[in-house]
Amino acid sequence: MKTAIEIENLAHNYGLVKALKPLNMSIESGTLFGFIGPDGAGKTTLFRILTSLLLPTQGKAKVLGLDVVNDFRKLRPLLGYMPGRFSLYQDLTVEENLNFFAKLFKTSIEENYHLIKDIYDQIAPFKNRLAGKLSGGMKQKLALSCALIHKPDLLFLDEPTTGVDVVSRAEFWEMLRKLKNHGITIVVSTPYMDEAALCDKVALIQKGKILQTDSPQNIMENFSKPLFSVKSINRNSLSKDIETFGKTDSFYWFGDSIHWIGSDDKDADLLRIYLQQKKHEDLEIEKINASIEDCFMDLMKGNHE
Amino acid sequence: MKGFIIKEFLQIFRDYRSMAILFGIPIAQILLFGFALNMDLNNAHIAIVNKSGDSKSIELINKINSSDYFIVDQVFNSEKDIEAAFQQGEIKEVIVIPEDFSARLATNQKVELQVVADASDPNTASILVNYTQAVVSSFQQQNIKGSSTSLPLIQVESRFKYNESLKSVYMFVPGVFTIILMLVSAMMTSISIAREKELGTMEILLVSPITPVQIILGKVFPYVLLSFINAGLILLLSAFVFGMPFSGSITLLLAEALLFILMALSLGIFISTVSNSQQTAMLLSMFALLLPTILLSGFVFPIKNMPDVLQWLSHLMPGKWFIIIVKAIILKGAGIAELWKETLIIFSMTLFFIGLSVKKFNIRLSTN
Repeated sequence: MKTAIEIENLAHNYGLVKALKPLNMSIESGTLFGFIGPDGAGKTTLFRILTSLLLPTQGKAKVLGLDVVNDFRKLRPLLGYMPGRFSLYQDLTVEENLNFFAKLFKTSIEENYHLIKDIYDQIAPFKNRLAGKLSGGMKQKLALSCALIHKPDLLFLDEPTTGVDVVSRAEFWEMLRKLKNHGITIVVSTPYMDEAALCDKVALIQKGKILQTDSPQNIMENFSKPLFSVKSINRNSLSKDIETFGKTDSFYWFGDSIHWIGSDDKDADLLRIYLQQKKHEDLEIEKINASIEDCFMDLMKGNHE
Repeated sequence: MKGFIIKEFLQIFRDYRSMAILFGIPIAQILLFGFALNMDLNNAHIAIVNKSGDSKSIELINKINSSDYFIVDQVFNSEKDIEAAFQQGEIKEVIVIPEDFSARLATNQKVELQVVADASDPNTASILVNYTQAVVSSFQQQNIKGSSTSLPLIQVESRFKYNESLKSVYMFVPGVFTIILMLVSAMMTSISIAREKELGTMEILLVSPITPVQIILGKVFPYVLLSFINAGLILLLSAFVFGMPFSGSITLLLAEALLFILMALSLGIFISTVSNSQQTAMLLSMFALLLPTILLSGFVFPIKNMPDVLQWLSHLMPGKWFIIIVKAIILKGAGIAELWKETLIIFSMTLFFIGLSVKKFNIRLSTN
């Protein structure tokens, strides 16, 4: 496997703010790689450095074997980049935008149409509509088409699914899978932890620090803490009561139940007794396998402390 | 490049606001200056106090009345009525003809005409007095010719060259021309580049094979064309609506205009390299370009009357040199032989700003 991105001791400060702490990692060619982390974690900063838009404060990064600082002229044409903010010309139509970006990269829509066909077919009915008047999901599809039009070797997508409805998000990830099959390395960032499971490999990033890099399967399998789902009819006092329970390691709302981590499997029985004393009815406590979100919640909690 | 230029045109034509700035402002300005700020006086209402009442004085009154400048509204017999006439506000000037008017005139004695003007508007008053003197002196000449015993009179005959009738159109067309080209060219380019930054499209442009020089050229080209059309429009308006005569070469004028447009555009690009939002770009163009150009270019205030420091500053105003060029070509019919110095100055300024913008143009996002 070839290496698409190699990062060595890379860091970036905005004045006194350490946006990115010294970072070492590599990303293999042909993978769908996800950076998962909350807003302000440093994802955009990292992407801007890797796309040569920002100079790192320290360290080195090689993308497609080219240095992001010195070889930026050679590097830029090989990259496809979709910034986090919708960055197309809102006063141009769908078709005009696509044409413009094709010409910018000295290619034509026809030449690489096979790449964007699946995506573009969905927005083609609106090709004469101004880009600014498209819905959120449509905008992202158009932006993706524009980023792909020159058949880049490496695609950077900065939070492509933020502000997009659930159905469009699922469609979007489906497209990324297909693109991967065309041999394009895709690096994507997202604040939605559930999307991590859709990547080949993920890196959890928080406060400018990478907490873990692995495949989602490995991350989930390596989670060893006792994790339980707790449900009660009396939702309002549930979290308060769990908080006062002495054996609680951590807990958080997960949909309509609370995910609770103790220090031992046996603690769950103690929790049941404790909650019954607190007059919780229809109590459901069951051991569950960690989802990727559970793993991240746990990792992020560790980083906070 | 071609794609970029096409995109730029599409954006300009689709944005009604920039179209309005591009073509609406020039037309509105030239018409405003032409009609509203007209400093020429025609048909001013005046009164005459005729103490003499003889045929010579009637002759003078007729002469005054028949000129385009004055309408003699009232003829009084005594000075007592002057105050009341001014109070009503209709009358701007009163001429008092003395009792012994014809007698002294016949014997070639000095005649004193009293001219009283309403100086609550000093500009109008002084212009009216000048006009009166002109009419009276021409009347005097006619009468002296008729007399056989004429004494050799020394008479100062002033002639306002290049603008015989002191028409204000001649004054404002070069100024407005300069300001509009400056405003439209510099402001539009700076806003359009700042917009790419503000909306994040610059980010994508940077991560593409297009070079800063290409981006700048792609931005400049459409505006050169549109500003040039604008220049033609202003000249046509001033020629056909306000009767501005063109004594010089139109080709030279257009060539100089093209150079000045390029200068303004490069200045606009320079502004955009130091501003990150459309608003900053607009305010910078307004205050850093427009006001100094209006105030220091000699358009509104004569440069010769300024303190030394301001005179020096005025040399830095590209507009000043362009106004000199435009005036010289339009009014004096000057050629490049007389204007090479000013042309060279604008040319160097253009090179300076283009160089500066290309150098300052960020190939990356700013780091703060």
